[in-house]
Amino acid sequence: MPSISGIAYKNLRRKRIRSILTVFGIALSTWVLVSLFGFNRGYEASLNSDIDNLGFQVLLTAKGCPYEAATLMLQGSKSLRYMPEAVMDSLYQNEAVDKLTPMLMQTVFDVNKGEEGGMVGYLGIDPATYPSMKPYLTFSSGEWFKDREAKEAVLGYEVAELEQREVGDLMLIPEKEVEVLVVGILKRSGTQDDGTIFMPYKALQTIFDVQGQLTSVGIKVKQGADINAYEEELYSIHDVQVVSMAQVKNTISNLVSTAKVMVMSIAIIAILIAMVGVMNTILMSVLERYQEIGIMKSMGATTFHIFRLIWFETIILCAIGGVIGSLFSIVMARLTEALIRYVLPYAPSGSLIMIDFRLVLESIGIITLIGLLSGIYPAFRAARIKPIEAIRSSEGEL
Amino acid sequence: MSALITARNLEKIFYRGSEQVTAVDKVSISVNEGEFVSFVGASGSGKTTLLHILGCLDNPTSGSLSIGEVSVFSDHKSLTESKLTRLRRDNFGYIFQKFYLIPTLTVKENILLPFAFYKNPINSSNAMDLAERLGLSHRLSHLPKELSGGEMQRVAIARALINKPKIILADEPTGNLDSKRSLEIAGILSELHKKDGITIILVTHNPALASIADRRVQLQDGHLVQA
Repeated sequence: MPSISGIAYKNLRRKRIRSILTVFGIALSTWVLVSLFGFNRGYEASLNSDIDNLGFQVLLTAKGCPYEAATLMLQGSKSLRYMPEAVMDSLYQNEAVDKLTPMLMQTVFDVNKGEEGGMVGYLGIDPATYPSMKPYLTFSSGEWFKDREAKEAVLGYEVAELEQREVGDLMLIPEKEVEVLVVGILKRSGTQDDGTIFMPYKALQTIFDVQGQLTSVGIKVKQGADINAYEEELYSIHDVQVVSMAQVKNTISNLVSTAKVMVMSIAIIAILIAMVGVMNTILMSVLERYQEIGIMKSMGATTFHIFRLIWFETIILCAIGGVIGSLFSIVMARLTEALIRYVLPYAPSGSLIMIDFRLVLESIGIITLIGLLSGIYPAFRAARIKPIEAIRSSEGEL
Repeated sequence: MSALITARNLEKIFYRGSEQVTAVDKVSISVNEGEFVSFVGASGSGKTTLLHILGCLDNPTSGSLSIGEVSVFSDHKSLTESKLTRLRRDNFGYIFQKFYLIPTLTVKENILLPFAFYKNPINSSNAMDLAERLGLSHRLSHLPKELSGGEMQRVAIARALINKPKIILADEPTGNLDSKRSLEIAGILSELHKKDGITIILVTHNPALASIADRRVQLQDGHLVQA
């Protein structure tokens, strides 16, 4: 027994190339849509993860551009200015402070890095406080250096892989001509720490001749303490800048918001194109079947039956396009992510595109809904066809 | 016998630009239950337009039309579209010159097509019986493009008969067929009338085909000249 859905499906197979092209257009729109929603989720999650993994809620840096400071801090690059190490003493006096960790970032140009040379960064840390703030950092071999003055280094996973280093190796700091001993290799953490070379900050001060200077101080506030009130107090310290993690999140979110708007605009345009494509395909199909639809109505098909028939065709096109587009977005997620990383000014270290089953279902739902909207006009046109008009149009052809 | 179709002073006027064309001019006719009537006449005589009006496919400009006890058109008022659909579905089977089979559906699906739109106790075994009677049993899984013209028209006849209509309206059913196939279709229509007692209204140019009817109605310029 034929059914309306069966007739709709078979009709779509009548003009295969046209149906395939329409499905392809819908699939592309779905790809954009799923990737965009996946990016919105993934980016937020990765950013939060990156910031949470810093181990502290407030960062004190030397005064400078806050946007630059936030970006540089997360990218592990060199800060613009220094602040005196003595600032630590006043910070310790505040009751809201749970832990403090001093940091000194230094960079040198290594002529042997890559084909044309490149910058190498060293993060000076305090072995007594920094590891306890980052408990997720674990070693694949070796351990943290014990002495603040020791000319030793701990390498992040990616650095060790890239440099092919093992515990016990000696590393030369270019420009300074100082050799440091590799005492630990970290396991992959999925954070910026994977690309960091850690050294005792005191040793780094000596090597780079910046005694008594720091680039930043990480502050962990006691549980229950009023962070906002504490930040207000920190503003009274001269020549330092207070960067709260909430600020960092906002700053970076603002930086990428423009990119998000652009991507959203592209997605909307892609959806509109798909809508027009679906409408065109279905409308052409309706006009080509003018007589068939009229004859169906003479056999007992009501206006609602014809409306349903045309809507089924739209749903089938959109559902197939939606599923293919979703699968495509999952398969192409890595490529899409690489593209987004290339475009964005700052990208967190985790997965930028998070696609799950719910997102896929939601996107297919949205695309199908859009298809249904696109199908309204062609379905309306088809439903209005009168049997006699269809028969007369055929007689006209004769 | 009671009148199944009663038409009084039917008039159908078309406008081609500023020109007024009266296709059906004050036609009154009754068709009794179980009667086989043929409409003959030259091209443009209004026979097809009259068939469309009697088959509730088109509204007259004026006049009145009743199918059984149901008044379809009277005093320039027609039944609603949904009531017309139900009336057509329950009473009529249509056979057209161009067959109008759905090319993507098999012969069996084309025959059962009306049941895609409403439930009916008639099941697919009835379709099999009908197909066998019309010599289509071996073609049930074929697509229309794989059939000859005569076979396509037989499928169209089976589709028109599947809901056991009271009235069959056939508009030039042999117009696209050769003489051998035309005779075949004429035989089928005659059998449907004689064995099943179905009321048939046939429009044709073919005198031989018209002669199988009980009553021959001649139209000329929209008028009945011989009824």
